[in-house]
Amino acid sequence: MNIVVCIKQVPDAKDVRLDPETNTLSREGVKSVINPYDRHALEEGVRLKEEYGGTVTVISMGPPQAQAILTEAISCGADEAFLVSDRAFAGADTLATTYTLAQAVAKAGKPDLVLCGKQATDGDTAQVGPGLAVRLDMPFVTCVKKVRTIAKDVLTLERMMDDGYDVLEVDLPALLTVVKEINTPRFPSLRGMRRARDYQITSLTAEDIGADSSRLGLGGSPTQVVSVFPPEKKGDRTMIEGSVAEQVDKLAEILFDSAFGA
Amino acid sequence: MLIIDKDACIGCGLCEDNCPFDAIAVVDGKAEVNDNCTLCGSCIEHCEVEALSIPRDESGAIDLSAWSGVWVYAEYRQGKLAQVSRELLGIGRTLADKRDTKLSAVLLCADAADVPQQLIAAGADQVYVVVDPALENFNDDSYGAALEDLARKYKPEVILAGATAIGRSFIPRVATSLNTGLTADCTQLAIGDDGHLHQTRPAFGGNIMATIMCPNHRPQMSTVRPMVFQAPEPDGSRTGEIIVEAIAADRLASRTRVVETVLTEGEQLNLAEAEVVIAGGRGLENEEGFSLVESLADVLGGAVGASRAAVDNGWITYPHQVGQTGKTVASKLYVACGISGAIQHVIGMKSSETIVAINRDQNAPIFDVADYCVVGDIFTLLPPLVDKLKERSGKE
Repeated sequence: MNIVVCIKQVPDAKDVRLDPETNTLSREGVKSVINPYDRHALEEGVRLKEEYGGTVTVISMGPPQAQAILTEAISCGADEAFLVSDRAFAGADTLATTYTLAQAVAKAGKPDLVLCGKQATDGDTAQVGPGLAVRLDMPFVTCVKKVRTIAKDVLTLERMMDDGYDVLEVDLPALLTVVKEINTPRFPSLRGMRRARDYQITSLTAEDIGADSSRLGLGGSPTQVVSVFPPEKKGDRTMIEGSVAEQVDKLAEILFDSAFGA
Repeated sequence: MLIIDKDACIGCGLCEDNCPFDAIAVVDGKAEVNDNCTLCGSCIEHCEVEALSIPRDESGAIDLSAWSGVWVYAEYRQGKLAQVSRELLGIGRTLADKRDTKLSAVLLCADAADVPQQLIAAGADQVYVVVDPALENFNDDSYGAALEDLARKYKPEVILAGATAIGRSFIPRVATSLNTGLTADCTQLAIGDDGHLHQTRPAFGGNIMATIMCPNHRPQMSTVRPMVFQAPEPDGSRTGEIIVEAIAADRLASRTRVVETVLTEGEQLNLAEAEVVIAGGRGLENEEGFSLVESLADVLGGAVGASRAAVDNGWITYPHQVGQTGKTVASKLYVACGISGAIQHVIGMKSSETIVAINRDQNAPIFDVADYCVVGDIFTLLPPLVDKLKERSGKE
């Protein structure tokens, strides 16, 4: 089975915070990591390969430094890695991104299964997986929490819903987006790290993937960011000060009244 | 790409200070952009001398006047109309009135029952109804094709849907098929003086709000979190038009099939509808620390919530997560323990009536949304607080 996993480099969420003085994002010490959900997609791809045979190809669209996450993916069991990188991609919204990724996936081979994380933690849109499936003319299932079986080109899986979960059958080839419950990602193996050290990542430009330049980046994006501003703050607030005993007394009062009061 | 007018640039550095991506810097007294630039526009926003711009090619623009009307996708599953659909009819009404156009609901189902009347009572002028056995269970292929075909036929200028498991799954499919823009998880929607839909959502790691427009494509599409907007009181005296539509059988054929639906509502619904929510975050440090939150919830008869950090660390399961990627709560009392208050979390709880925040970092952004702020140590405060409350509830 030919499995493609799409991964994205994102700022490590726990490092990102707002500078209270200037109200801007503090970028000091912010590391870049594999989008957490994509780790689970990669792990699922590697597990399915181990069970059913085949190859795992990872693809990332991003700046040159996104190489780092592809190398990491190789060390965690991916066989091949492609970096789709071009300044022409800058400013892409999800529509332009899915176009670019679809061109790259087609270039990388003919997948039986495409796996993505359910969303990236920087944008949180959850739109790229379904959009990519449309471009590849594949059925898709979002928020998959378990792949039960693959038999005769039909996948049986569990999808998270707001009120529980659905059990679905899906015809292959298909695209899945996965949630964290699906597995626990492995750490890089020693063998994987050795392979990653020598592995040459294939870089693909807009030209390499045969992209129509009018559909890329900002120009290919129907949505436009027209303004950015800090979230509004609440007006009146009461500071509860004093010794621990005093704070506990006041807190108990407030909590009790709010929870049980009129 | 970003164009810098070197003559206009005064080298003040505001762009550099406000770039979320470290992509612009003042070099020899003039701004210079590097490869990190995502064209987000933050620098343009902050530049006081209008030295920065991003030129756009508007040649692909379509005839916008052919598209009119505001649509709300009415989410109907397991015999229930989602509450968020009523909320969307509320804000949809405002948008439609501002545009002087009709508000319509779209209902896709195997049996419509009295849902069209409910939708009219909630504010819809029209309800498009597709009834077909293929729509018995939600599946992306059939639902996506049905909504796409209706949109192509009637050309609405706006389509709103709940940012639910269902909406977040098939609405991106529809937007891609229609080759238009989609903004996820909007927290504010308004029609601007330009007549376009201004969609506001948290962005860039969640600590900034961004207003997004889709000026040259139609329909303008948004998903909206539940409990962000107010649902109107149902008005049974309202009248509206019910338009029954049929979708071609081959378009409703699906490559996915629902074999079984397992409902596990209990735990999750409790959190969304709980009057008291006690939530914990990274500051609890470990599973044992998190149990303090659980004992406080216990004594107050509340539900347990959590920030993404606490869930990611495995201290509590995902159904307890509050925020952009978890549940939205609007409780009477929300107590945030050791939660720093990233905007993704705040979005999920800021509509709560009384918010109490306990955090040892006095600069934690959670204090910006709290009514009562305690700068202090959770581990010192919570145990005596639980005891005190136990004592008190024992007495009364």
